[in-house]
Amino acid sequence: MISNYPDGKPAMPLPSLALLMCRPSHYTVAYEINPWMKVTRQVHQPVAARQWQALYDLLTRSLRVPVRLLRPVKGLPDLVFTANAGLLVGKAFIRTNFRHPERQGEEVIFERYFRRRGYRVVTLPRQFNFEGEGDALWVGDTLFLGFRFRTDATVHEHLSKILHRRILPLELVDKRFYHLDTCFCPLDATSVLWYPGAFDRYGWKAIETHVPDPVPVSTADALRFCCNALVIDRAVILHGGVSKPLRKELERRGFDLYELDLSEFLKAGGSAKCLVLRMTR
Amino acid sequence: MVSEIVEVSGHIIDSLILPKILDEIIDLDGNFEILEIAIGKRKTDPSTTRLRVSATSEQKLQVILKRLARLGATPLTLREVELVRTRQDGVFPSQFYSTTNLPTFVRYQERWRPVQNIEMDCGIVIDPHTSRASCVPMVHVKKGDHVVCGTAGVRVTPLERSRHKDVFQFMGSAVSSEKPKALLIEGVAKAMGSTRRAGQKILVVGGPAIVHTGGGPYLERLIEAKYVDVLFGGNGLATHDIESALYGTSLGTSLDRKAAARDAHEHHMRAINTIRACGGIRQAVRQGVLTKGIMHACVRHRIPFVLAGSIRDDGPLPDVITDVMTAQDEMRHHLKGVGLALMIASTLHAIATGNLLRATVKTICVDINPAVVTKLADRGTFQGIGIVSDAASFLRELCHDLKLPRR
Repeated sequence: MISNYPDGKPAMPLPSLALLMCRPSHYTVAYEINPWMKVTRQVHQPVAARQWQALYDLLTRSLRVPVRLLRPVKGLPDLVFTANAGLLVGKAFIRTNFRHPERQGEEVIFERYFRRRGYRVVTLPRQFNFEGEGDALWVGDTLFLGFRFRTDATVHEHLSKILHRRILPLELVDKRFYHLDTCFCPLDATSVLWYPGAFDRYGWKAIETHVPDPVPVSTADALRFCCNALVIDRAVILHGGVSKPLRKELERRGFDLYELDLSEFLKAGGSAKCLVLRMTR
Repeated sequence: MVSEIVEVSGHIIDSLILPKILDEIIDLDGNFEILEIAIGKRKTDPSTTRLRVSATSEQKLQVILKRLARLGATPLTLREVELVRTRQDGVFPSQFYSTTNLPTFVRYQERWRPVQNIEMDCGIVIDPHTSRASCVPMVHVKKGDHVVCGTAGVRVTPLERSRHKDVFQFMGSAVSSEKPKALLIEGVAKAMGSTRRAGQKILVVGGPAIVHTGGGPYLERLIEAKYVDVLFGGNGLATHDIESALYGTSLGTSLDRKAAARDAHEHHMRAINTIRACGGIRQAVRQGVLTKGIMHACVRHRIPFVLAGSIRDDGPLPDVITDVMTAQDEMRHHLKGVGLALMIASTLHAIATGNLLRATVKTICVDINPAVVTKLADRGTFQGIGIVSDAASFLRELCHDLKLPRR
């Protein structure tokens, strides 16, 4: 049994948190695998590098979180979105099986990285697509799993056997919100930011039943990827331009907002959360 | 109505995946029946349910299944077969899939593959090079063969009841001696006609009672009229037929004068001895020793026959195959292309043949003893119909219905 919580209590943030990031040295829009990506709307490399550096500096200098770096690989532009590497639970790394062949080359890079650092690598059978933290998010000790566009529903049974936790699969219904982390963002053990338009009525019911404090966001906020926020303790880091009502909701709950310009990464359908993978020290 | 069984498991209750699946089926104009449901006891336990999903057309069913697959509910049969290599000649892996005689398909490398030469109580071997699946009896499995294990990825197609009210539907009920025989036999005659027109073969499995009861000449007429394409029997059928051809008796009883002939109890042994002296039935016909009877008709009309031996045989005739496994293989060889099997007054050979037949072969079992007919059905030959009748009466009536001329 693998558990994040040795004492059985839900824990967020993790006591010994570290993050994994990858410099956007080779980041570009080389293919189109989600509605945000347009090869004609190219990334400005220097701007992307500056935006990424700002996030890195915020995490390491202001918030003092240790960040480990993965060496960028030429030809794998999306390696910068490390959240899709897999799901880390304690010292086990459940590796992603990417749906699109364009990203499958990243699998070995992540696998090698974690194996070398002493993690136990768990691979799922090839026929199951699973895109790691992109689609699997903890709220307390329940894992919410988004499926349909990237991850398969069937994978949840596999994961429940490995994790021995309750796993709630949620069907995503809007192509623009292709990963769960683009429309659902756990803030702490009881509250989440979520965009109802990305789920159907079964999803709404499941979320409203199992999350004590769900905070819905407007379509405008959702399209600015505010649900792709990176939450470190009480700090919420997201792409700039958050609406006033949402800002109020977050501040009322005692969160500090850090707004960054991550527009270059939105071109590939990612924001703050996608650029970071949570791991334990 | 077409249906498929699907299984879904995991945290399907809390996440409302199960209600969603059920709603989707109804929304897509299908129907469901929950066959099994096991709900996890703790919140971390997964739940499992098995549903029969049905729809009015195959197309609708496929639409539903496609949708359900996305929700994680996969048809049980859509899984790939599990293959285990055998470790020993003639021994299946312990979890081998034991076949039925119904048309069977296996899912291998994402495609449905028909199982060749299906028969009951065998295993399925897949050749990984050609991806062909074939039904293999236990004795013929070789070390290293890839044998299908478990039931995942195996689809058995139940036989559909014919839409036409034919004799096989009419008689699909329990065996009874209280059925209108004339009507049944008329149905058999029609089925024989349609089998022949369809270019399929007709098999007759006969016991010696055909000869004892005086039915030999009728069977001969069927053979001459090309209503028999292959004949299975034992030493008894051939011996008594030859005895009656050579001496006019069957087991010492005169077939003409309805009385035991003097010193005739030994006729069948003399008959066997004569044929052995000739070297076999075919040779006896060629040498002019055997000039009439069922076996003579078979040789003259080049109808293949398989005579399988048993432990109580006298002689036996040189044509009798005494190794049962060889006999079984020979029978298997001749069963290819058979569309109708007529089993008359034979218990052992009827059951032995029934075991080798596909379910799609129409089987008619005729016996004076209802227990024989029931026995055949009890052993799994459920495609058969039974007629409780004396062999000669049945054959006489059949020849009449087929309008075969008297000689």
